[in-house]
Amino acid sequence: MGEKLIYLDHSATTYTKPEVVEAMLPYFTQNYGNASSIYSIGRESKKAIEEAREKVAASIGAQAKEIFFTGSGTEADNWAIKGVAYANKAKGNHIITTNFEHHAVLHTCQYLENDGFEVTYLPVDENGLITPQQVAEAIKPNTILITIMFANNEIGTIQPIAEIGKIAREKGIYFHTDAVQAIGNVQVNVKDMNIDLLSLSGHKFYGPKGAGALYVRKGVKLISYMHGGAQERGRRASTENVPSIVGLGKAIELATANIDEYNKKLIALRDRTIDEVMKKIPFVKLNGHREHRLPGNANFSFQFIEGESLLLLLDMKGIAASSGSACTSGSLDPSHVLLAIGLPHEIAHGSLRLTFGEENTQEDVDKLLEALPTIVERLREMSPLYESVKRGNQNV
Amino acid sequence: MYSEKVMDHFMNPRNVGEIEDADGVGQVGNAKCGDIMKMYLKIENDIIVEAKFKTFGCGAAVATSSMSTELVVGKTVDEALKITNKAVAEALDGLPPAKMHCSNLAEEAIRAAIEDYKRKNGLLSECEMAGSCGRRCDDIHHDHNDNDEEDED
Repeated sequence: MGEKLIYLDHSATTYTKPEVVEAMLPYFTQNYGNASSIYSIGRESKKAIEEAREKVAASIGAQAKEIFFTGSGTEADNWAIKGVAYANKAKGNHIITTNFEHHAVLHTCQYLENDGFEVTYLPVDENGLITPQQVAEAIKPNTILITIMFANNEIGTIQPIAEIGKIAREKGIYFHTDAVQAIGNVQVNVKDMNIDLLSLSGHKFYGPKGAGALYVRKGVKLISYMHGGAQERGRRASTENVPSIVGLGKAIELATANIDEYNKKLIALRDRTIDEVMKKIPFVKLNGHREHRLPGNANFSFQFIEGESLLLLLDMKGIAASSGSACTSGSLDPSHVLLAIGLPHEIAHGSLRLTFGEENTQEDVDKLLEALPTIVERLREMSPLYESVKRGNQNV
Repeated sequence: MYSEKVMDHFMNPRNVGEIEDADGVGQVGNAKCGDIMKMYLKIENDIIVEAKFKTFGCGAAVATSSMSTELVVGKTVDEALKITNKAVAEALDGLPPAKMHCSNLAEEAIRAAIEDYKRKNGLLSECEMAGSCGRRCDDIHHDHNDNDEEDED
């Protein structure tokens, strides 16, 4: 302890960049006006919101009026899915998604199932990929929405979004993508990719928490999510969170400005980590596709040990990471994502997710690679499952 | 989320390992549930003189294993059987609600090891012979409810 923190959990959240905080600060104490007010500090707020909207739109190839600010990525997912479902009920009641979406999507779909909607959960393959063909084959005459995540939050797999978008557009079905993990890490263009709705969240790319947005292509039929005032053109009532919106705008501008350089850096950290871990530690499996994955994501399963123990020992070495084990998910089952790619429970319990970010260096990877093999070995020595392996019985 | 005592027993677990010529060995839990405890006991004149463990599981599972080996040593077989999951948890200054099942596992491991000792020595009661005293993974996890305070990303 007392050492520099090695933060390898950027998919959980990122720190807020100082320049983002700086951009936000005036809107707390000086330009605190309600954006709906007529006087000058109200107009200042309105102007700041619209500038942020322009920035968000520019970063994903949308028009400003297609961007609606929300309180989170989860809210954007809920709004997109319920909003399209209820607004297009007369057309049909079938939704297509995958079995390894974020819970913000999965639980929303399950909620709709209880309300008379029909949902197809496409199974992903062992790398976490679905094929455009699977999507095409699942389409029925009553399909009104396809919602498939851009990049998976746990194993980092990136889906063939443009191909799926093309199919959806040809069939006249709305296509939503949860791009919470993708924005700032992958180039996204809603027009080129035929995306109709897209969710994003500021705190995944060095913006503030509690700031999200939903892109809604002009012409998409969507019910309003919050009822009240006329904010967000009457689509999402409630007084705008001006500082957070300003922060989101600043963060997305910074995150997308030098995305190629950022990617190159993260890929170097990720690839060295993956290669070395696979080489140094026996009985390990890489989760997710080797190439089609987020630049900063490495996810492993270590046999015979449990993820939470691994995280606690890494924390003692000043390394912050996460796991999909049951003990870290707060339920009896390990992560649904790891089960969806076909991992047996006992392998899923031993998973470790490392997600790199801006402040990480190769020295951080050095320290990780020094600590991890020892920690894994220590836990294995304590594990009754490893005993039988050492005795030559591999059938555990 | 863990007490200092839990962290101490997790970081510096007491009595990790195996006893070659153990008088009783008990293994409970399963890999699917995410925790397995294996306890080895050396018993002389009805008194537990040595206890060792191996555990696959979370921080609480390791800490409760470690603590329960400390609790059983020096006790008679009957006294050891009276050690409850609550006693193990209390000795660790408490466990988070979602982790109480780990202390159940510790209690079960002690029972299983003693049962093995009794079986080997022809000391099993009828109920124990019938196996009705044992519990399964589901029972052990019965305290595992919606107490999760953590959120995923």
